[in-house]
Amino acid sequence: MISLNVNGKKYKVDVPDDVMLLWVLRDHLKLTGTKYSCGIGECGSCTVHINGKAERSCTISVGQVKGKKITTIEGLPDSHPVKKAWVQEQVPQCGYCQPGVIMQVAALISQKPAPTADQIISKMDDVICRCGTYLRIKKGIQTAVQLTRREVKK
Amino acid sequence: MNTTISRRSFLKITGLTIAVSVTPFGHTILNASEKKDLKTFNPNVWLHITSDNKITIYIGNSEMGQGVLTAQSMIIADELEADWKQIKIKQAPAADALKSPILGAQITVGSASMRGFYEPLRKAGAAGRTMLIKAAAETWNVPESECIAELGTVKHEKSKRSLTYGQLCEKAAKLQVPQDPLLKKESEFRYMGKPMPRVDVPEKVRGKAVYGLDVNDGNVKELKGMLYAIIARPPAYGAKPQSFDQKAAEQVKDVVKVMQIPMGIAVCATSTDAALKGKDALKVQWDKGTHPDMDNAYIEKLMMADLDKQGAKVHEVGDARKALSEAAKKVEATYFVPCVAHATMEPMNTTAYVQEDRCDIWSPNQNQTACKGMAAGITKLPPEKVHIHTTFIGCGLGRRAFTDFVPEAVIISKTLGKPVKVMWTREDDIRHDRFRAPMAHRVQGGLDAQGELIGWSHKTSAVSIMKPVNPKAIKDGVDYYCLWGLWDVPDSPHWNTRIQYEVPNLYIEFLMADLPILCWPWRAVQNGPNAFAIECFMDELAHAAGKDPLEFRLQNLKNNKRATRVLQTVAEKAGWGKPIPKGQGRGIAQHACFGTWAAQVVDLSVDKNTGKIKVHRVVAAVDCGPVINPGPLVEQIEGGVILAISTALKEEVKFANGGVASVNFDDYPILRMSEVPEIEVHIVKSTDKIGGIGELGVPPLAPAVANAFFNATGVRIRRIPLTPKTVMDAMKKT
Ligand code: FES
Ligand code: FES
Repeated sequence: MISLNVNGKKYKVDVPDDVMLLWVLRDHLKLTGTKYSCGIGECGSCTVHINGKAERSCTISVGQVKGKKITTIEGLPDSHPVKKAWVQEQVPQCGYCQPGVIMQVAALISQKPAPTADQIISKMDDVICRCGTYLRIKKGIQTAVQLTRREVKK
Repeated sequence: MNTTISRRSFLKITGLTIAVSVTPFGHTILNASEKKDLKTFNPNVWLHITSDNKITIYIGNSEMGQGVLTAQSMIIADELEADWKQIKIKQAPAADALKSPILGAQITVGSASMRGFYEPLRKAGAAGRTMLIKAAAETWNVPESECIAELGTVKHEKSKRSLTYGQLCEKAAKLQVPQDPLLKKESEFRYMGKPMPRVDVPEKVRGKAVYGLDVNDGNVKELKGMLYAIIARPPAYGAKPQSFDQKAAEQVKDVVKVMQIPMGIAVCATSTDAALKGKDALKVQWDKGTHPDMDNAYIEKLMMADLDKQGAKVHEVGDARKALSEAAKKVEATYFVPCVAHATMEPMNTTAYVQEDRCDIWSPNQNQTACKGMAAGITKLPPEKVHIHTTFIGCGLGRRAFTDFVPEAVIISKTLGKPVKVMWTREDDIRHDRFRAPMAHRVQGGLDAQGELIGWSHKTSAVSIMKPVNPKAIKDGVDYYCLWGLWDVPDSPHWNTRIQYEVPNLYIEFLMADLPILCWPWRAVQNGPNAFAIECFMDELAHAAGKDPLEFRLQNLKNNKRATRVLQTVAEKAGWGKPIPKGQGRGIAQHACFGTWAAQVVDLSVDKNTGKIKVHRVVAAVDCGPVINPGPLVEQIEGGVILAISTALKEEVKFANGGVASVNFDDYPILRMSEVPEIEVHIVKSTDKIGGIGELGVPPLAPAVANAFFNATGVRIRRIPLTPKTVMDAMKKT
């Protein structure tokens, strides 16, 4: 039995330590917002937060995340500036890569107190979007940064 | 995702249901209450207006980010004069009658969703509006002409009375459907042509959208006890398993069953992880397959050698040979476009549940008709017992119209009597993709003394798309599917998908490359590789004629107004002819397909030490006739341009030992954010017939890049991708 803390909830799952977190989230916890695409850490579709940092759940085993705080796309509040910006800028096309992209952007924004949009964009080269929404992602990031600033001011 | 609308629910219909049934011979607008026999009620698109003042629209095309659910609903809602807020949009289940009128199947390809449905959907909405107005006029006993419909309400200004569509729907349902209702004037459009947010975006952002791979017993309760299957597949074309360790796989915890099926060896388990481990434990030994020597060099050599052989005649006007022999100047060039993979972000997958009296399929597919046929064939169930649930799709690019990922799930589920999800790993997905068909071209062109284009002879060798799938589609040795963009399939619904220049003497010849590679339409199909040859060659001709590439194109387009207009637009917006920053090159190209015209100008620079190309800006213009939703239209072009840059600079499937050697994104690189240029999209206003938009970003890009590269360096590269190595090799040669 492995205990996991996902989106603020405690789960117990009966899986070996070496199972990738991605499969446990998807198959066992039915949190299918986190996507599989490459399985080797190349594309970012499976990105989640582990203790607040963006990590690739396809290459991290559940054994490595015991006791850590895991957040998936489902656990990021709908009012989160990145989610709001993504709707406002109509970023997704097929949308499959977007949960991972959103999680990566959310982590970057939370780590740097006042990042410029360019600073974040320069860190986005490790995600792949086959629909080619990269320009919308850039716009989304700019909007998300602005929304975050506004929230901080409040 | 899981649309449970059934005929039984139609029997309980209250309110007004208007439906559109479209066939190749025309369309009919139906009123469900007029239909006595609801068994045959299965329209392409339909809408319910219910007494709670809600409107539900069911759409038969697949949504893969192109915004079809939103755009088709906008057309209906506009003509219906509904309030967007009262509308709910749902994906319709598979049904025979949902077949596209121009494609003859329920399939979302060929940029055809708007071309097939624009008019009928407008009429359906207008018919609903007309009936609701009539119902109101009868209620108030006033002339219809005094009543107006506005945002879901019918109003009688004189008496200041109004009734909502919800209040009127039952009465309206008793009226006859007008077949030719009065359509709105363009100036009266409320939604069409205005940017509307896509309805599928919020759930995709929340992570709640269910894609094929997400289907499980958590979101579909019938799937309780489902199994997860991974299949060990042959590493080379035609390879057969010689041995495998079934026991070792079965000993992996949570593996339930190992079985050999025609596609390979399937490992079924209670989780994806166990199935993956079981597959590894199989340690399958495969034989060498049918073409053990095949690698990239083998393919290219064979196809280039084809160009020295006699091919099958595709098309001839005038006498190209004579024109070429009499030409003042003759130009000849050979081009090669290799295989590229679809590599959709969501790998192929399907979940099937075969029971004694029914078969359910949850699949991210673009071809419901094929899914249904395959499943009915395997289960021997009548087609009406096969239920296709189309999920959201994680990129289509045409791949999912070839539903080879469906039968395996059906076979396994049928054998085990349990629900089964088959997932392709990324490695399976790339290795067992059906690629964009590779093409070799040899083009000869002749100019007269004034630099006028007088002759064009075009020989091309391609791997046939249709031969392994539908050999009947090949006519007199020609697979027209490989020729889109160069010449049309006879009687094709994809009108005007051919060379746009008026050449007085034109000869086109085709050879089928004898290779085992499996190919299939890939965004824009062969318009990409054909446009590459045509538009690069036009640049070479312009150069030989001593003319500006834009001028030379316009001159040879003669009366082709739409192609001329997109070229002129793009040239003006990009500042064609104006000086560009030092070290940069600028190239232009145009192409027409799927009833739409497109042109692009590319600005790039080349690092002469590394051979790395940086694309700085792409300016695109399109003329697709009436525009429904401008936001997604621009996104489709942007996405197409980005995909095409990826293929122009980076992508090429690697082959070795008779199989596919590229396996994942580390050795099949895809364009990343830092490599994406600024992209401007200009829509040319046009009242011509509506055209497709999903694929038009692709064809002009690669030739515009190669032409810009020539402009920057004076070197021609006649092959994509223009990788740093290809660039360095080419520059060394000159
Ligand atoms: S699926 Fe994890 S990085 Fe691609
Ligand atoms: S939106 Fe489709 S892959 Fe990114």
